Amino acid sequence: MTDMIVADQLVKDFGEKRAVDQVSLTVKRGEVLGFLGPNGAGKSTTMKMLTGFLKPTSGQASIAGHDVSTASMAARKVLGYLPEGAPLYPDMTPWSLLHFCAEVRNVPSELRRRRVIESIERTNLQSVVMQSIDTLSKGFKRRVGLAQALLHDPEVLILDEPTDGLDPNQKHEVRELIREIAPDKAIIISTHILEEVDAICSRAVIIADGRVIADGAPSQLAEQSPLFNAISVVLSTDKVQQARSILEALDDVQEVRVQSLAGGLAKLTVVPAASRLILNPVISTLGEAKLEAISIRPEASALEDLFRQLTVSPDKQEAA
Amino acid sequence: MGTLFTVAKREFSGYFATPIAAIFLIIFLAVSAAFTFFVGYFLERGNADLQVFFNFHPWLYLFFAPALSMRLWAEERRQGTIELFLTLPIPLWAAVLGKFLAAWLFLGVALILTFPMWVTVNILGQPDNGVILASYLASFLMAGGYLAIGSCLSAATKNQVIAFVLTVTVAFVFTAGGAGFLTNLISEFVGKSVLDTIAEISVLPHFNQIVKGVIALKDLAYFVALILAWLLGAMAVIDYKKAG
Repeated sequence: MTDMIVADQLVKDFGEKRAVDQVSLTVKRGEVLGFLGPNGAGKSTTMKMLTGFLKPTSGQASIAGHDVSTASMAARKVLGYLPEGAPLYPDMTPWSLLHFCAEVRNVPSELRRRRVIESIERTNLQSVVMQSIDTLSKGFKRRVGLAQALLHDPEVLILDEPTDGLDPNQKHEVRELIREIAPDKAIIISTHILEEVDAICSRAVIIADGRVIADGAPSQLAEQSPLFNAISVVLSTDKVQQARSILEALDDVQEVRVQSLAGGLAKLTVVPAASRLILNPVISTLGEAKLEAISIRPEASALEDLFRQLTVSPDKQEAA
Repeated sequence: MGTLFTVAKREFSGYFATPIAAIFLIIFLAVSAAFTFFVGYFLERGNADLQVFFNFHPWLYLFFAPALSMRLWAEERRQGTIELFLTLPIPLWAAVLGKFLAAWLFLGVALILTFPMWVTVNILGQPDNGVILASYLASFLMAGGYLAIGSCLSAATKNQVIAFVLTVTVAFVFTAGGAGFLTNLISEFVGKSVLDTIAEISVLPHFNQIVKGVIALKDLAYFVALILAWLLGAMAVIDYKKAG
């Protein structure tokens, strides 16, 4: 059994509105799938159907080979789930909540304490374990939710925005944690932070208006963007016109976009024709023209650009 | 079975995590005593029994049971914790029964704390303690019936106030269906068979039988059936809501 998470043509209607439309995906052991999409695209609804919390209007889902509607208990046993917004019982402490989950999950009583302590250490909750959950900050709450999902060392993890509300250090820690446990698990995380996908996901699925519109390795997806292999050049505003015209004259350059920055600076995004490598020609051209640049570097936002292209509806694009 | 106990334990201790438990117990004890002494003329009657005390229980529970049951599911829905709760490997029956048992046990504690009433009649006279014990049993069973109704209606909404009002209304129908004033009122419009049916599903006739000290299988079975039916209803509601 290598397909640990399977969604087969999942459809969910809320009244007249179709929230999820024929979503199919599979996640194998060792894969981390990044589930991307704008708010309201159907990410959470799809995840709720994968966990069995919502019944699909049509289609099937299974976790480790167990159908989530007909073998729901077996599926829930091997699943760790962080629901959207990390809901937790406010009157409990992290300690009592994790003990409750361990008991419900049938962790033998002699192991329970150790498992709870392990998951507390993994998510750095030591300082707040005896505090009631409603007094915790958003970041701590999110980590209690993660601790609960990781508690029983599940084979399958479904994490709905695991890093939402965390500060940059905490985000980094959570990503490290996911990377560390990923090899022997199948993981889906939803996010709208694209750098996160680059950092930890082996695959990305982009969803918009309830449909899967892209599915592939993050680098493959980035290749589909015109900004793939683009170069960004920052220089002072007075040099922009000259730089733009000589760069546009290059054979391999399709277009040059200009964006003004603060402090009398501007950024040129040099878009290559057919994703050709243009770093060297750009550097030498600017050098020959004695145009001093503040920085010249590969444009890193190709995935973000693709995301915007795919998920912003045509009429909004025209308006922008 | 293990998960049933775990769920009930968490829910039960939840009552004590906030001042709810203390407030509930104090008001329950105060109101039940006040009714007995000031409305039921417990002392003036000069009888060594707890008849008047128990006679008020159906009306007491009409408000106290919904106040306990309203949070069972509605609060989980409002907080979103229902998503955590229902994706843990807890069978649905254990989730519903566990929550119900916690509320029932809590009302049981409230009931046990009325023991000073029992001590008082035993000091003042020689009551039939068998009848008193039967009355406590009747009262406890009736509380279970109301709480089961409340479980089901709490599962239907995320608003605790709505859950409370719905439960009071339905519980009122189940109580008053067998009360004299209502039967007289509707007897002018419906036949005797309808009246008998209403009386049959009503709580009061069964409660009154056991309070008299007559513990018949029929009346016990009624309360068990009432509780099970409404808990099955709660399971159906939760399952239906999964379909969104």
